Amino acid sequence: MSNITPTPVLRLQGITKRFGDLVANDAIDLELASGEVLALLGENGAGKTTLMNILFGHYTADEGQIEVADSEGRLQPLPPGNPAAALAAGIGMVHQHFTLADNLSAFDNLVLGTEPLWRPWQKLGGAHARLERLMADSGLTVDLSARIADLSVGERQRVEILKALYRGARILILDEPTAVLTPQETDRLFETLRRLAAGGLAVVFISHKLHEVLAISQRVTVLRGGKVVASLPTAGTDRAQLAETMVGRAIPQTVREALPPGPAILRLHGVSVPAEAGRTPLRNAELTLHRHEILGIAGVSGNGQAALSNLISGLARHEDGEVELFGQLLRDANPSRMVRLGVGRIPEDRHHDGVVGEMAVWETVMLEEYYRAPYQRFGFLQRAAARQRAEAVIRNYEVKCSGTEAVTKLLSGGNMQKLILGRVLDREPSLILANQPTRGLDVGAVTYVHRELLAARQRGAAILLISEDLDELLTLSDRIAVLYRGRLSASLPTEEVTIRQLGLMMAGHEGEAGHAA
Amino acid sequence: MEIVEILLTASFWVAAVRIATPLIFGTLGELICERAGVLNLGIEGIFTMGALVGWMAVFQGADLWTGVILAALVGMLFGLLHGLLTVPLGLSQHVTGIGITLLATSLAYFTYRMVLPDSDSPPRIEAFQPLPIPLLSEIPVIGPAFFAQTPLTYLAFLSIAVVAYVLYRTPLGLALRTVGENPAAVEAQGIDVYRLRIGAVMVGSGFMAVGGAFLTMSAFNAFFFEMVAGRGWICIALVVFASWRPAKALLGALLFGAFDAFQVRLQQQAGAGLPYQLFLMMPYLLSILALIVMSRRAAYPKALLVPYRKGER
Repeated sequence: MSNITPTPVLRLQGITKRFGDLVANDAIDLELASGEVLALLGENGAGKTTLMNILFGHYTADEGQIEVADSEGRLQPLPPGNPAAALAAGIGMVHQHFTLADNLSAFDNLVLGTEPLWRPWQKLGGAHARLERLMADSGLTVDLSARIADLSVGERQRVEILKALYRGARILILDEPTAVLTPQETDRLFETLRRLAAGGLAVVFISHKLHEVLAISQRVTVLRGGKVVASLPTAGTDRAQLAETMVGRAIPQTVREALPPGPAILRLHGVSVPAEAGRTPLRNAELTLHRHEILGIAGVSGNGQAALSNLISGLARHEDGEVELFGQLLRDANPSRMVRLGVGRIPEDRHHDGVVGEMAVWETVMLEEYYRAPYQRFGFLQRAAARQRAEAVIRNYEVKCSGTEAVTKLLSGGNMQKLILGRVLDREPSLILANQPTRGLDVGAVTYVHRELLAARQRGAAILLISEDLDELLTLSDRIAVLYRGRLSASLPTEEVTIRQLGLMMAGHEGEAGHAA
Repeated sequence: MEIVEILLTASFWVAAVRIATPLIFGTLGELICERAGVLNLGIEGIFTMGALVGWMAVFQGADLWTGVILAALVGMLFGLLHGLLTVPLGLSQHVTGIGITLLATSLAYFTYRMVLPDSDSPPRIEAFQPLPIPLLSEIPVIGPAFFAQTPLTYLAFLSIAVVAYVLYRTPLGLALRTVGENPAAVEAQGIDVYRLRIGAVMVGSGFMAVGGAFLTMSAFNAFFFEMVAGRGWICIALVVFASWRPAKALLGALLFGAFDAFQVRLQQQAGAGLPYQLFLMMPYLLSILALIVMSRRAAYPKALLVPYRKGER
């Protein structure tokens, strides 16, 4: 692969970091060589991001030391807790949430911090030329004069990587870089990374997506509970082994059994939904959803998902076309009417739209039902009945919390989602809107959510599944449609679509696999 | 018509620019703070403090420029306080700012009464005098307005240019514009977010204090209670009006100055027909209208009001 002999460029020894009682990193050792792509694999909370924040100087480790190769290849200790020193040592970091200023140009973002802060003028004469050369060499091209706000997510990520390279990074850390990319953009990123590694760059690729780790890395280090549980060459491992190592137990495969679709429950005919400020509207959508059926909606977020999901949850009204729900035309929808009609809603942003963080768990469970007997009588909340219900949800949906009085916002992401799932599914809704139901959850919780959604389908529910995770869509959906710039494609049976084809449609190429190179 | 006549008199424009001068300082100061991501509602109090310190220094025998510098330094001190409370400690910028205003205003009045326990008419000082610039000041109407003012007005114009240059043409300005938009981007480049923000709040507060000093050292030549009269709050609105740009801040301040100078002259002409409060209200009303027109699509610095905590994202 590389004609450059690999030399160690980074060595972490015995890195330990505690937050109160929690040991986020427990005596972690790690070594990285030039030209190598190392994958750091682990579930949420395994300590990946903490470790990288220590390396970059955002946090200071309680124990252990970091050594980075200097320009002559000798390992030198890195002063802890100092981002400037990490940068100077050649460590570049691409954060999961981009560190770019939206109202400035790509160029301004790239040159920030490359000059002494107190120099009374900017000397950027050569900067344009240097950046052009860097872009040509690395294959990372962006319009330097464009404002970040006008760039796509993939382009913004390219700016982030360019920023690291422009600062002379010899070690590039990417934290969950594919979370926001389409499959094509991911492919392109991987090509770039391979090219950069061939040129001697050392890359740390942080992820919890197994197929990506297998595709890009030469070595995998698996973290679990803050410890390194395995470090192995990628060539000798496979998906199942990695999953098991990461989670610590075998993961049962989720299987969707074939079921004949029942009668139609939801029909959209020529439906348009106006956009909220700054969002994409839904235009002229056609859709039919039956009992015993999961319809997957693929698409990069921001292409009209919000409008569609607001329509089904009663938060937005359509201005054109017809919405037929349970055989009746829908008029004057509002959220509580939709709930009463039997629509279950799993919102995209569980913290913001799913729960009220300050409330107790039992209150959260009651949010959609407080008005009904036996929870309400003569205008008074019946606490005993409400608590009983909450206890049942906690028990049946495996919510880990200290009890019905626990404060909702203190639940982990997975447990909060299980609580919402329990609140919704326990009432056996006929139509379920699941908007990004597993975003940010770890493998165990994802499997759980998938199993529950399939069980609801078995029971006879119709499920509209909006997701950016193509694996999830292919696993759960009977049919898949794609949203692009507010237009919903015709749905295709899952058996007949490929990831590649979906990726093209998500990027706006009209449902054609023929264009695939 | 009389209204047109007013607009053609040199004295009207002279007054407009004079009224605009403290607003230019205040708006620039607030703009610097907000560009860094910190709202500074201490502005009204810092104005008062600047007015007192500048006047007091001269009253005690210092020369005029020493007074201006002292006012700026005291302003920076209050800026430091505001910065320390809102940046590393992350306290509410609204609450802290109002606290600073109450503290600085009361302290200024208290100090004044300590020094002058029982004077009915505020003592005057030998203040800055108009400094006409040869030739330029002889241009009709515009000449006296822009080139026959006191040195502090010239300093205000110069400050606009300097702040604009620093903001758009220096590495420091780039870092400043970034830190109000996404502090994590600044941190990721190895620049200390806290120092940058505190520094900006201090410099901005210094400008505000000079704006206050203008009132006692160039306009009224004495210190009296309630003399700032909401000028600080006007500056907060002018920053939005200006979309956080120095050149538009100048425009906004001049516009308000013109409204104010205009209403005074209208009052004199209208005589007893209308209550004078109606005229007093006019510049504020027009400012609100201008604000509505200009800033409907105002793009606030994204990180304004958001405290930054290191390593948290």
